[in-house]
Amino acid sequence: METAQQLDKPALGTNDAARDKAINEQAAMTQDTPYPDQTVGTPFVDDPKMRLRDVEVFYDDNQAIHGVSLDIGKNEVVSLIGPSGCGKSTFLRCLNRMNDTIDICKVKGSLHLESQDLYDPKLDVVELRARVGMVFQKPNPFPKSIYDNVAYGPRIHGLANKKYDLDEIVETSLRKAGLWEEVKDRLHAPGTGLSGGQQQRLCIARTIAVSPEVVLMDEPCSALDPIATAKIEELISELSESYTIAIVTHSMQQAARVSHRTAYFHLGRLVEMNDTETVFTKPEHDLTEAYITGRFG
Amino acid sequence: MSQTTEKVRKTLARRYRAEKRFKAFGLGAIGIGLMALVLLFTDIIGKGHSAFVEYEIQLPVTFDAEVMDVSDPRDEEQLNYGNYQGVIRDALADRFPGVESRLDTRALNQLVSTGAGYALRDMLREDPSLLGETRTLWLLADDDVDLFLKANEKQREDSRLNEKQQAWVAELEASGETRMVFNQSLFSYGDSREPEQAGILGAILGSLFTMIVTLVLSFPIGVAAAVYLEEFAPKNRFTDFIEVNINNLAAVPSIIFGLLGLAVIIGLFGLPRSVPLVGGIVLTLMTLPTIIISSRAAIKAVPPSIRQAAMGLGASKMQVVLHHVLPLALPGMLTGAIIGMAQALGETAPLLMIGMVAFIVDLPAGPLDAATVLPVQIYLWADSPEQSFESLASAAIMVLLAFLITMNTLAVILRKRLERRW
Repeated sequence: METAQQLDKPALGTNDAARDKAINEQAAMTQDTPYPDQTVGTPFVDDPKMRLRDVEVFYDDNQAIHGVSLDIGKNEVVSLIGPSGCGKSTFLRCLNRMNDTIDICKVKGSLHLESQDLYDPKLDVVELRARVGMVFQKPNPFPKSIYDNVAYGPRIHGLANKKYDLDEIVETSLRKAGLWEEVKDRLHAPGTGLSGGQQQRLCIARTIAVSPEVVLMDEPCSALDPIATAKIEELISELSESYTIAIVTHSMQQAARVSHRTAYFHLGRLVEMNDTETVFTKPEHDLTEAYITGRFG
Repeated sequence: MSQTTEKVRKTLARRYRAEKRFKAFGLGAIGIGLMALVLLFTDIIGKGHSAFVEYEIQLPVTFDAEVMDVSDPRDEEQLNYGNYQGVIRDALADRFPGVESRLDTRALNQLVSTGAGYALRDMLREDPSLLGETRTLWLLADDDVDLFLKANEKQREDSRLNEKQQAWVAELEASGETRMVFNQSLFSYGDSREPEQAGILGAILGSLFTMIVTLVLSFPIGVAAAVYLEEFAPKNRFTDFIEVNINNLAAVPSIIFGLLGLAVIIGLFGLPRSVPLVGGIVLTLMTLPTIIISSRAAIKAVPPSIRQAAMGLGASKMQVVLHHVLPLALPGMLTGAIIGMAQALGETAPLLMIGMVAFIVDLPAGPLDAATVLPVQIYLWADSPEQSFESLASAAIMVLLAFLITMNTLAVILRKRLERRW
């Protein structure tokens, strides 16, 4: 035992040193550049699709989001980036009230989808989620056939009365998701039998089958290989013609490729929001620069 | 060679030894379990197999109208009161002439089961033209004769038959006037004081009705409770309290449920005693915790991603549960239900309290007829003085085990079939 420890020590030591250095750097950065009272950049746009002001989220007494205000424009792709635990997923989940399922989660602030207050007690959350769809990190098709996966949303919302209409919705959605050619001969095969990338596109087809106005994507490519990722990214660009999209991602290249505007979150605060190009070429805030140049993350 | 390799080598032998010991323990445990199972089965099958056959004695029987006191076989009343033992006695006397003394005659008459008379009556009812005719018939032997014929030389010394009876039976056996047949009465009659006429059909039907009542009550209630607790109940002290008490309920000795059934269901609500309906209600109380606990585990095992996917599409809570959670949890729930049912099928104690231990000859026709159940029947027979009941009890155990094994196999098959992978 003793020898093993002795032998391990040098290696451990280097790791520790590296980690300590990184932590110090991060701390120094935070000290040098205290949080701005206001987000730098241009978080607001004219005539937004979603208008979010002073959003605060608490898990019990733990505040996860501190006064975030931003707009998501019509047919815009907004990407939310930031280190792990910075609250970007939590923020995204406020936008269709998926946080409701967590008992200890409390959301404050003013969140509007066009003129609709998202947290209006009179608002039916079912109706809201039909307008704001969500694609999750891990592909999660229902253990049903491909057809039933896509048809599920239209069915529960009664969007199609006839088999013919439903068939059409399924086909259009699968076409939009770029999956139709691959699955048209096996629509009644289980959706879980598809590859990871196909499953994720199936989930996107399922989401757009209810014709939402906004699609939220929570790290949709983190479980996929590069080729599948490329396909999804291409798809996001195509979808932005008809939908408003908010995407959380860990990949800065992805944010740079797919989004119009990028928001950088740090420890529950929105540090900077700007045109994607500006964020990645001339970041206004030091924290943003440190993150995108890979000094911490 | 580096220092580490050396050190590692030294520990390797010890690690492998420990691994071998660990494996040996596991194998030993499985061995003990298997041995117990083999012992149980050999003992039960050894004792019980002889109950599946019975012996008959061949006799030329004359359907004498005067002896039977039956002039018109179409008259049901006359038929029912006919003296069939009389014609059997005559037939025996004809077969063994020279038996004079009262004591010997009585001993001779004991060779044939009292149930043989009913067989004669049924024959006469079927075919009234038999009246006055003589037929060579196979009649059911008495249980002591049956045991004697089934026994080997050494066991025959302990027979309850006296010497003369033994001689008669040996004579019949030697001349081929005895035969072994499948014991049909075992599967077509209810209980009886006479082992050769006793059957388990009454107990099987009683068990069946009890199980139906239990399943119909406990599965929906159990699943509903599990779904509410898992999906809808707020997490607070009250639900914690309920959860603890469900677990407590699972640990309550089953006889307590019997007492509760006696006091409340029979005493307060006035339901009849000894009926499968009450038995089923009592067993429901006993099975509920099993079903609730296994159903909750099955619901918990449904991946949260499926729930989120459905909710993200705008499914309401109930739609999420009905469309996604329940179908995915169903195999687990069914497995739990079948295991609970198997437990209930083997349960004896609470049923003793509500009177399902009564001696019931008639076959129950529904859940409101007095009945007994298989395990209680086994208990009753194992407790009976006649030697033949011992093998009957073992035979009933074999039938019960067959049911249990079938149910457990069904649980496994269902789980395999319905299990969906994601």
